[in-house]
Amino acid sequence: MSESSLSASPASAPDRNMVQQIIHALRQAPVTALTGLVIVGIYVVAAVFAPWIAPYGEYEVVSDIPFAPWSEANLLGTDQLGRDFLTRIIYGARNSIGIAFVTTLLAFAIGGFFGIMAAALRGWVDQVFSRLVDAVMSIPDLIFTLLLLAIFGSSVLNLILIIAVLDSTRIFRISRASAMNVVTLDYVEASTARGEGLYWRIVHEILPNILPILISEFGMRFCFVFLVIAALSFLGVGLQPPMAEWGSMVRDNAVLINSGDITPLIPASAIALLTVGVNFVADWLLSKSSGLSNEE
Amino acid sequence: MVSNSHPILGMILQRLALGLLSLLIVSIVIFTAVSMLPGDFASAVLGRSATPETVAAFQQNLGLDQPWPRRYFQWLAGALIGDFGNSFSNRPVSAVIGSRLFNTLKLAALTAMIAVPIAVFLGTICARYRNKPIDRFLSAITLASISLPEFFIAYVLMLFLATKLHIFPTLSSIRGSMDMLEQLHRMALPVLTLMFVTLAHMMRNTRAALIGIMSHPYIEMARLKGEPEMRIILRHALPNAIGPIASVIAINLAYLIAGVVVVEVVFVYPGIGQTMVDAVRNRDVPVVQACALIFAANYIILNLVADLVSIVSNPRLLHPR
Repeated sequence: MSESSLSASPASAPDRNMVQQIIHALRQAPVTALTGLVIVGIYVVAAVFAPWIAPYGEYEVVSDIPFAPWSEANLLGTDQLGRDFLTRIIYGARNSIGIAFVTTLLAFAIGGFFGIMAAALRGWVDQVFSRLVDAVMSIPDLIFTLLLLAIFGSSVLNLILIIAVLDSTRIFRISRASAMNVVTLDYVEASTARGEGLYWRIVHEILPNILPILISEFGMRFCFVFLVIAALSFLGVGLQPPMAEWGSMVRDNAVLINSGDITPLIPASAIALLTVGVNFVADWLLSKSSGLSNEE
Repeated sequence: MVSNSHPILGMILQRLALGLLSLLIVSIVIFTAVSMLPGDFASAVLGRSATPETVAAFQQNLGLDQPWPRRYFQWLAGALIGDFGNSFSNRPVSAVIGSRLFNTLKLAALTAMIAVPIAVFLGTICARYRNKPIDRFLSAITLASISLPEFFIAYVLMLFLATKLHIFPTLSSIRGSMDMLEQLHRMALPVLTLMFVTLAHMMRNTRAALIGIMSHPYIEMARLKGEPEMRIILRHALPNAIGPIASVIAINLAYLIAGVVVVEVVFVYPGIGQTMVDAVRNRDVPVVQACALIFAANYIILNLVADLVSIVSNPRLLHPR
């Protein structure tokens, strides 16, 4: 199945330009995917324009009363230090999404690079990397992350590097498997016979053909990374205060739950809504990239 | 030859050996991770006032002044008999972890006992009434609950069942002195949360495994014979799906062990997950190391059990020609 879809997927699209293609794809998208796109769009806008949307500054203490109730001045009340809750949520979008995005990109760069290398070179290189990945993957992610955080300490940079490296093992497997399908195809062997170098083959033959698979995986991996960072921050070992982050906002304001106040659930639902939205979009992309052979 | 007369025995032995090997590799990975300690680690833990002498004593205590293989084998030998050395607060690690490990296992076992039968049951129902309203309904709910973070589910349950309705206590601090019922009552919310998280995955995969089997020719044959649909699923499809279902359940139970970390922190349940998070915050590496080894060992053993179940339950292997 994958071979035919892979050979059909590269730049074989009709002569329409990219904007027209995107509009065409969107017209055919199911409701769930469109809902997901709208949700993701809203989050991205909030993240990018946070300083202009938010009523106060990220670290600004606006009230003497911690845990102030909802009011006109502070629409969602204040947090444990008297900072505006709504402002913190908007800035939280910027921090949580930004860091998760960078981490996922890095994970794809690492995992994709080594995965394609392993598939292209085969032999002992493949063996060494694959067994290394097996070893890392036999320890549960969250546990391994916690272990490494204990050793290196939880700074933003450490957090990004640790999660990216651990998550790249998954991407290694995906890109290796899909590259394996491609390297045996005739046109890649033809390029080898032509005398093209390894680099040329990877960039011009292999990468374009596994890119659709990697792109459709991106959403899933982003969700995973995003949830891990939120969970770590919730546990108090992820992003450190005073940085606004949804996971740690839940943690810091959790006492309000005991008095029946739903404010701490808002950042938690922000996390949940985004993952649902991204999952909807990713689901659609995934079925598109695997169903290409049926359409064409 | 043993493997000739009982091919299944040979396979089991092979899997056991593989499991042992991965345990060994994991222990090496976890142990080596500590050898990568950055140079300033000692001063980071001991504080700025650390003198060269205290740093040296600290490193000696960690065994960092000895060669790597020797330290590793000492640690491994200790770990095998439950002795993980001393934590940075100078209590034996086994004393810090001991009773809490038991609490976590209790939580996980209770969840598994409730969640696994329900998941297999609901998954079978979904496969039987595939694409009917009940299947769509259950699938939509599980898809949603997969994308929710654990602490969201935990706090929603806490808000409704504890704060509003006062059915369960908000905190699950159990002690050995409490009687069984009291403990169960306090564990209810964490168990419910974990159930939500793991049930969805197990149910979806049970459904997928059954539907995958249903496309085989022998199912069509059974249908053509006129057997009722429920009997086809229970008699023909389910026995062949036990292997895949078992491996999914094992993966989810392994996940349960890790998911326990967040849930324990939410409900202040005295388990090993919370111990690990506290240790990470204090950078108490020996405790973290021991916890990581225990979690990883659980994960490997559960996967091993799943492998064995799928070998033993495979009819083709059970009746060799």
